[in-house]
Amino acid sequence: MNKTINQKAWFFVIPVFVLVAFNAVIPLMTVVNYAFQETFGNNVFMWEGTRWFKQIMLSERFHASLGRQFLFTFIILFIQIPLGIAIALSMPKEGMGVPVCLVLMSMPLLIPWNVVGAMWNIFALPDIGFLGHSLNALGFDYNFTQQIGDAWFTTILMDVWHWTSLVVLLSYAGLQSIQPAYYQAAEIDGASRWAVFTKIELPKMKKVLTIAILLRFMDSFMIYTEPFVLTGGGPGNATAFLSIDLVKMALGQFDLGPAAAMSLIYFFIVLLVCWVFYTLMMRNEGNQ
Amino acid sequence: MSLELKNVEKKIELETHIYPTNLKLEKNTINILLGPTLSGKTTLMQIMAGLDKPTNGEIWFNEENVTGMKVQKRNVSMVYQQFINYPNFTVYDNIASPLKITGVGSDEIKQRVGKVAELLKLSEMLNKKPSELSGGQQQRTALARALVKDSDLILLDEPLANLDFKLREELREELPKLFEDRDCIVVYATTEPSEALLLGGNTATLLEGKVIQYGKTLDVYNKPNSLVSAQVFSDPPMNITKIKKSGENCSFLDNSVNWKTKIKIKDGEYKVGIRPHNITTYKEGNNSLEIKGKVLISELSGSESLIHFTKGDLNWVSLSNGIFQKNVGDEMNLYMNADEFIYFDDKERLVANG
Repeated sequence: MNKTINQKAWFFVIPVFVLVAFNAVIPLMTVVNYAFQETFGNNVFMWEGTRWFKQIMLSERFHASLGRQFLFTFIILFIQIPLGIAIALSMPKEGMGVPVCLVLMSMPLLIPWNVVGAMWNIFALPDIGFLGHSLNALGFDYNFTQQIGDAWFTTILMDVWHWTSLVVLLSYAGLQSIQPAYYQAAEIDGASRWAVFTKIELPKMKKVLTIAILLRFMDSFMIYTEPFVLTGGGPGNATAFLSIDLVKMALGQFDLGPAAAMSLIYFFIVLLVCWVFYTLMMRNEGNQ
Repeated sequence: MSLELKNVEKKIELETHIYPTNLKLEKNTINILLGPTLSGKTTLMQIMAGLDKPTNGEIWFNEENVTGMKVQKRNVSMVYQQFINYPNFTVYDNIASPLKITGVGSDEIKQRVGKVAELLKLSEMLNKKPSELSGGQQQRTALARALVKDSDLILLDEPLANLDFKLREELREELPKLFEDRDCIVVYATTEPSEALLLGGNTATLLEGKVIQYGKTLDVYNKPNSLVSAQVFSDPPMNITKIKKSGENCSFLDNSVNWKTKIKIKDGEYKVGIRPHNITTYKEGNNSLEIKGKVLISELSGSESLIHFTKGDLNWVSLSNGIFQKNVGDEMNLYMNADEFIYFDDKERLVANG
């Protein structure tokens, strides 16, 4: 059979290439460009090799913000995943309660991130905020703008408020997909509530929970807007997570080379953790 | 040992799911609940198991009222249409799970699981997880879990419905063997008349929440007490036509078919039910009647031919052994075996066979 040659087909392919190039490849390549060179403007570049990478890897400042970042991510995962599952388990399974709960749960997810930050900033202000004022009235010495512990507490509380719903919705979807026959079979066996949870519900939720943990890991690891508006990274550098530190370095100090190197390292850490986690979780899933 | 439903009724809000039902199932029997979807088979089983409470009526087991008794105390097991196994357990642990909960010793567990696994051809897969098995093997595991326990009552809710044809045939043949020499009552729900015939035992035909007829499977099949029961127990659907009888002579209302009969019923109009396999492309029996029809659809199912045809205003179904290809719209002659006709009166109750 003769194939007709029709170069017009390119018109179908090129837009995709252009789109991907503009939204992924070109910006990333700019960063790569800066990461290996030094520039003083005027489009003059000098080759620096891996100097910026070495500098970042050995920098105590980077270690500190990376440490803060991991600590923050682990704390919020540790709270949000069990809490999300617990809420999903206690939500009604049918009736009018379902849409009501789902809508209420979705509310925090619909609020723009900087609004969340601003809301919590005002909410937690020690003198006029409802939370801050109440805590002080109850006798706690609470001031998130000055005390490190309070700043962390507020940031974590804000993130839990903002994002636990996502875990709830995913877990709820996972729970709803379990056929009632499983519960009946467990009832016939005389399995306890705890056994039903660990032997049926958790294994059946494994896939959605993997997705929930991945999403929450990525989002929290890249968190910027909310702590930026809430604490601005302070007091001092106490809540300067990786993104906040990166922006300070790139735009505040205009250290473009080290900032670009840091961006790439940051990117690879996220990629690596996600890949390792996903591979571990899915290793026994067979070919389903 | 017996399971008895006394006037059991189930209503959910205003809707009646099960109309008052009386049934007595004896020990060492297979009892088939035969009916189309939504006829109440599952509800009835859940009431029998104690997973659901009847709105009215009582359930008696071994001369003991067990209405409202929790299912854990009832020593029942159940197999579902879906393949229900603990997803994280191996096949061995899955089969052993009902025993472990009741605290059977580990040596005994090993021995009993081994025996059941062999019976169900699972010995090779004891270390695999359900997700690594085929659908048939997953259902075998679920069956093994139900059998290992020595329950008094084993309920199977359309256990073969989700399997593909070949696996279904295979497991269906093994089923009667599995329940032999077991001191228990087996209840088996299915939508397929052929499955009921293959399993034997007793059959209850159900429709829209009512038990229509209960008795030995072959009796129910051969002597349906009503047209409804006959229809439930016929797949492809039974052909029904009105006839008139005067003396020995019977005929279709339009006089297109005439025959003589020896059955003793008074003259008048009746309905006759004719099972599809009693209308064939060839003559069968001593009392073969010719019927002319116009082919509507002709389809093959294995080595059988299913020919749908119209005659008058009615659609008819015939089932012949062998392969007969007919074109849509063809006029053709088929033969009905008048010895197998089932006669119903105007209230659709059985009056006579043959």
